[in-house]
Amino acid sequence: MVDNRPEATRTIRTAYARAKGLGPAHHGTSEWWLHRVTAVSNVPLILSFVVIVALCAGRSYEDAVRLVSHPLVAILLILGVLSVTNHMRMGLQIVIEDYVHDKGLKIAAVIANTFYCVVVAVACLYAIVRVSLRTLV
Amino acid sequence: MAEIVRPAVARPLSPHLQIYRWTWTMAMSVFHRITGVALYGGTALVAIWLVALASGKAAYDPVAWLYGSILGRLVIFVYTWILMHHMLGGIRHLVWDFGHGMEPGTRIAMAKYTLVGSAVLTVVIWAAALLAR
Repeated sequence: MVDNRPEATRTIRTAYARAKGLGPAHHGTSEWWLHRVTAVSNVPLILSFVVIVALCAGRSYEDAVRLVSHPLVAILLILGVLSVTNHMRMGLQIVIEDYVHDKGLKIAAVIANTFYCVVVAVACLYAIVRVSLRTLV
Repeated sequence: MAEIVRPAVARPLSPHLQIYRWTWTMAMSVFHRITGVALYGGTALVAIWLVALASGKAAYDPVAWLYGSILGRLVIFVYTWILMHHMLGGIRHLVWDFGHGMEPGTRIAMAKYTLVGSAVLTVVIWAAALLAR
């Protein structure tokens, strides 16, 4: 998480509390864990995504729509988008926190990172759902 | 308990990358982060492709043409390799998270296999994709 303490050199937390790595809400390690969980789910979902893209490559528009609108394909793509966008948001936040030291800039970068990931996720999910539902009507 | 007051002087920072001799594990760790950032930017290409597909044939055909061009194929080929590298690197880190493969020889070999394995997987994927057409 972003260090929002007004002065990072002073703390009321004990050394023991810091070492345990648990935040005030005891959720200190939950994001680290979710990063690993999404890393695991990314593997099969990315492999299926690669197969789907390979099957669409060089084919007509109608073929691509037919493939993406298949329920199994659409569900795999939706799961992949959810897993990947969450994973990459947490990953880039770690990069930002490592290299951006100015507090204001860091908070702005973390927010921009979240916005980018949400936009990518919503755009992909909307497109998948729209392609899938259009073939029904 | 007494308040912890740290000295206000600017203390020296620990030495960073440039002071260490490059090792395989270090190089692959750095590359794992670089590939992660590259994949992050590349998801926009996936979003553009899917939105174009949802927008209709008039929007999809130019995107399909661009992605199928020489430049487009080159970008997607490199993207495939970066994706496979980050995936294998991630699996390696998961294995290390469980405390396995930390021995000196093993961890260097695992880092090398990430590079070799990602290249092999990329070639296999592209060969399969071209054969399936």
